[in-house]
Amino acid sequence: MAGSGKAHMRPDGDRILEVNDLTVEFDLGRGKVVKAVSGISLDLIRGETLAIVGESGCGKSTLGKAILQLPKPTSGSVNFLSKELTTMNKHDLREMRPAMQMIFQDPISSLDPRLPVSEVLAEPLRVWNRGNEVEINEKIDELLRAANLDPAVVRDRRSYEFSGGQCQRISIARALALDPTMIICDEPVSALDVSVQAQILNLLQDMKDRYGLTLIFISHDLAVVKAVSTRVMVMYLGKVCEVAPPDDVYLRTRHHYTKALVGSVPIPDPDRKISAGLMQGEPPSTIDPPSGCRFRTRCPAATEQCANEEPQLREVAVGHFVACHHPLEA
Amino acid sequence: MSNVLEVTGLSITFATPRGNLRAVNDATITLEQGESIGVVGESGSGKTVLSRAIMGLLPGTATRTGSIKYMGKEISELPEKELRELWGTGMAMIFQDPMTTLNPVRRIGAQLTESLTVRLKLDKKEAHKQAIELLRRVRIADPEGMMRKFPYQLSGGMRQRIMIAIAVSCKPELLFADEPTTALDVTVQAQVLELLTELRKEFNMAMILVTHDLGVVAGHTDKIAVMYAGDVVEMAPTRELFKNMKMPYTEALLKSIPRLETPTGTRLPVIEGRLPDPTKNEPGCPFANRCPYVADKCRAEKPPLKDTGTGHLYRCWFPIGGEK
Repeated sequence: MAGSGKAHMRPDGDRILEVNDLTVEFDLGRGKVVKAVSGISLDLIRGETLAIVGESGCGKSTLGKAILQLPKPTSGSVNFLSKELTTMNKHDLREMRPAMQMIFQDPISSLDPRLPVSEVLAEPLRVWNRGNEVEINEKIDELLRAANLDPAVVRDRRSYEFSGGQCQRISIARALALDPTMIICDEPVSALDVSVQAQILNLLQDMKDRYGLTLIFISHDLAVVKAVSTRVMVMYLGKVCEVAPPDDVYLRTRHHYTKALVGSVPIPDPDRKISAGLMQGEPPSTIDPPSGCRFRTRCPAATEQCANEEPQLREVAVGHFVACHHPLEA
Repeated sequence: MSNVLEVTGLSITFATPRGNLRAVNDATITLEQGESIGVVGESGSGKTVLSRAIMGLLPGTATRTGSIKYMGKEISELPEKELRELWGTGMAMIFQDPMTTLNPVRRIGAQLTESLTVRLKLDKKEAHKQAIELLRRVRIADPEGMMRKFPYQLSGGMRQRIMIAIAVSCKPELLFADEPTTALDVTVQAQVLELLTELRKEFNMAMILVTHDLGVVAGHTDKIAVMYAGDVVEMAPTRELFKNMKMPYTEALLKSIPRLETPTGTRLPVIEGRLPDPTKNEPGCPFANRCPYVADKCRAEKPPLKDTGTGHLYRCWFPIGGEK
């Protein structure tokens, strides 16, 4: 595409989330507008993990937050559990919050340093009147054990006493406290060591199975999402490039940008050089994005058509969608 | 070839309220001119402390034993005033976080020409000319415009390029890169690593690349030292290490890297457990509690660093593939 389109939507599925033509713009004043997310549509089927992948500045985090109405998107619709969120009043929206939770990138700063872990987890339960103190205490222990933490050891400690990986476990336990339907994970492992990354990714998988969750997993690293996702959406400059099952994204890459992302993943083998030459420079500004396909300025296959005409998502194989005028051969 | 760096028996301990914390134990590393070494380990393995100790950047709470020789000269006892003469021109460092290592209120041009005028005693005009050349060298598209910018106007990848330009501005013999790409996207990471390798070869610099990711060092170093709980547990030429690894820890570290080849839905192999408490001096191999091949001997006695005779060193009683 970086283009638009709705070919990848699945109206027949058991959808818990449907996002249509979502646009998020930030007004900088003096006529300058940042077009962070431009007309993105997506849907989420119960039990799946949708990975949203792209570079810094492609709008993936903004998209995740806009789905949660943090803040409300500039235009477009977000339908969650058959309710339209964008037109909801504050009170009704608040009632929806327990069902949609978020896990953030920096595990240490997303926990209150002054609260012991038991209070971090008790807070949402008290706010939503989920039982008396005894029941809340039991729930806290259950959550901590589910996150592979020993309640007896961690309950009374504060976030600064933990490593990044442990803090992320606590964040996950907190996100689960109110039995959510959907969790949006915004780069949950990119601040962690590789050895700890694997532990957290496994934990997220376990939690998903155990609590029947549906996840949106935002990351810049295709290798990280490969193991955990059921569908991958590649974004570039606020638009969609490619939507496909994870194996297709890697083995049958159709978009030139996805190819560059695949080629950038460091491979622990001294004889296989990573191909940085695939893409040079930085993405253009989102204040004045290129016309037509937004990736054309860095694309090896760009033609005049790409400048004049925005590519639309189209199905190139079963469940595999690409927004490109000149896609790669499968 | 001459050795740029010879570190012998370097140990670092920190005085903490909980007792002495051993950060680095008896590390020995040599680096030839133009050679690059990857220092790999988890958070808390001592890899950053090791590189800072060589630079002479340890805080006052640290005690150090062992010798550090730079170009054949002992530098571990030098007063800071003399050490300063080496910084920039002899040894330079690139830090992990490009967001906080640049001065937010000074223009890029001023930060870039500073070392040129102070260290190389260039006049303003000449320094400006060289700064532009450096920016071009690190592939900044509009060097003149860049000189007038402030750090907040730049992306993370751009800032890291500026840091690299500053670090190599005085053509140091030895470049430290401490997790230089950890804060960056994968696409930018690939570009920055390639740039570092290119500059290293061009200027014939030795480089110490500190990282937690074996994938990052694989294509960009001549040899690798794996650290665990303050010990160098395995050291070998890069290709030899990947082809013939001896340490169960190195193997576990390699297996835990998420790969594109991993089939969807598989569980990633993890290293269970945690690093041992660095304030306690327990007997045995520090990795014993997490090692899949652990035996009684491992818990009783700490293995020495063994040399296979081919420059491959490891610290294990029961190495993978047996003793050679």
